[in-house]
Amino acid sequence: MDDARSTIMQKIRTAMRVSAGDAERNATVDARLSQAPKGIVPMRGQLPQPGQVDLFEEMATRFNATVSRVAGYGQVPAEVLAYLRGHNLPAAIRVGADARLGQAGWERERTLEVLHGFSDGNDLAGVSHALSGIAETGTLALESGPDNPTTINFLPEHHIVVVRAGDIRGDMEAVWEMLRGKHGKGQMPRAFNLITGPSRSGDIEQTILLGAHGPRALHIIIVE
Amino acid sequence: MELTSNRFKQNASKALVDAQLQKALGNVEKGFIAKRQKSADALPEFDALRDNARDIKNHVLAHLDLYLEAYETKVTAAGGHVHWAETAEDARRIVLDICKRVGARTVTKGKSMITEEIALNDHLTANGIEPVETDLGEYIIQLRGEHPSHIIAPAVHLNKDQVESDFRRVHTHLDAGRDLSEPVSLLSEAREVLRQRYFAADVGITGANFLIAETGTSVIVTNEGNGDLTQTLGKVHVVVASIEKIVPTLEDTSQILRVLARSATGQDMSVYTTFSTGPKRPEDPDGPDEYHVVLLDNGRSAMLGTEYQDMLRCIRCGACMNHCPVYHAVGGHAYGSVYPGPMGAVLTPSLNGIDETGQLPNASTFCGRCEAVCPMRIPLPKMMRHWREREFERNLQPAVARYGLKAWAFFAKRPKLYRLFAGMGMPVLSMMGGASHRFRSLPLAGGWTKYRDLPAPEGKTFQQQWAERQSRKPEAA
Repeated sequence: MDDARSTIMQKIRTAMRVSAGDAERNATVDARLSQAPKGIVPMRGQLPQPGQVDLFEEMATRFNATVSRVAGYGQVPAEVLAYLRGHNLPAAIRVGADARLGQAGWERERTLEVLHGFSDGNDLAGVSHALSGIAETGTLALESGPDNPTTINFLPEHHIVVVRAGDIRGDMEAVWEMLRGKHGKGQMPRAFNLITGPSRSGDIEQTILLGAHGPRALHIIIVE
Repeated sequence: MELTSNRFKQNASKALVDAQLQKALGNVEKGFIAKRQKSADALPEFDALRDNARDIKNHVLAHLDLYLEAYETKVTAAGGHVHWAETAEDARRIVLDICKRVGARTVTKGKSMITEEIALNDHLTANGIEPVETDLGEYIIQLRGEHPSHIIAPAVHLNKDQVESDFRRVHTHLDAGRDLSEPVSLLSEAREVLRQRYFAADVGITGANFLIAETGTSVIVTNEGNGDLTQTLGKVHVVVASIEKIVPTLEDTSQILRVLARSATGQDMSVYTTFSTGPKRPEDPDGPDEYHVVLLDNGRSAMLGTEYQDMLRCIRCGACMNHCPVYHAVGGHAYGSVYPGPMGAVLTPSLNGIDETGQLPNASTFCGRCEAVCPMRIPLPKMMRHWREREFERNLQPAVARYGLKAWAFFAKRPKLYRLFAGMGMPVLSMMGGASHRFRSLPLAGGWTKYRDLPAPEGKTFQQQWAERQSRKPEAA
């Protein structure tokens, strides 16, 4: 295994006429990795924060998600139940250990069955909390872990995602800053999912159909 | 797959009279071009982002050894394993060893061109392990025993009724009377059938759109969510990726992501962009127990420092083939290689040698649309020309073409002689054209006159006519 590694490295260095110990090249790479220059960030998302929330809603809707806004976490259970009823779904959800969702007061909705933990593929609806929303493209950013297990993002037929309005940002770069603030530079959660609309496929005659292997529907609840 | 690139002409002739294929190929031109244009137009920074994307990859290629080292360090720190593979055979062996060690019986696969390149499915099957393709298009062609005809739309050569008959043939456990007339019912059926497979699979294998050196992360971009289920539900996640997939940072990834989906499907973002870093952590309720990355060279390092280095910027969006008039006419299978279209015409000779693939760089009109739409600004026609030169130098073309080109070059390099002979030849050809002023047949021009008449020359060369015009109205110039 080490042989293959050194052979490949040697081939690369010979082809590029460089040596491993070249201080200038090493410094260039170190600088790029530590400074992480931004490049071009589209103007589209460069708005005051409330405008970013509006743009996020507009873009997410354009890419086939549905969006509703509620005033606080206390209203999330009623909104979830209304969504389930509106789609003729059983009053049951799968949800992780996210404290913000945990304090939403699910017990007030007596008809709603709340299952905790990761999804085993038998859930019709799952609820997650996003780290952020990206206004530029109407994209949700979700981290793996016990709070919001990755399986909830992909297995249920309906995925309901709660995001705090204050966590919505204009562009991807701002979300990288949030991630670094939380986990440290160079560190990532095991899985980090950017999700833009419900799953789809165009593989049959290039006709876009919603509901491929992931959720058939994506509903976003923005908590103001 | 068996390389049949040197039968491109025969393959193309067959493709042109294949009615099913021609119907299906209409979808390429109809869909992709307008969608790409619309999403590119909606982003004012699109072209500037293409410049940046190109510069990022050029920077990576100039420092590839160092970024690979940085990436490996980060993967290892996150609990993952990096395996280095010089050749396709090495990569196959590494993947098989992992599968055998964990006693795998079935593996699920996310859509991955690199595993096509190394012919992984055949190798696993030969060793008693069943590979299950989970991307809808890949699943369909796996049922048919075919290979992808497009790098992002593998079943683009098929029509709905063909898929329906394949599903009826294979899914015999389902009610024979079921209605599959709508595409959505085919999609639902594939979803149900494949759901069981994700949970049953021991290993999930994906490719990678990016490998991020800053964080040791592999990134996949999908619309269906199949790759994500593949890598989440398998006990072991194996990423197979070639060495040039490296990008330095999350920011650099963002730059390229902004041009990737727009160029590929005309989406602002694909539905799922998934960043994976190492295996399941102690607190994690889900995710794979093991995380492996197989870093494959397979000829890439030999492209560095050559006129083909720019090809290593390719992000496999498919825009070049979506815009290629040759691809529109003959489809992907005619190329007889893993990678079809313009990018394939450049990459395949690099991977398989020009001797076996010389017809591919010639399968182009040099119209330049591929380069015009390439998000990474890869000069595809220029590189196809380089391959044609290599092919010519190595006497790989037919004798008539070689001597014809040599004769033409002799005159082209001697303008006075060229003008003299052309000036003499044109009136003769004009007269030979007769009253209709057309040729029904002409020696050495059979390739043209077999299908249509060749208009006869007007009697004077362009340069003669131009000189006359200039002398008639000297002021107008």
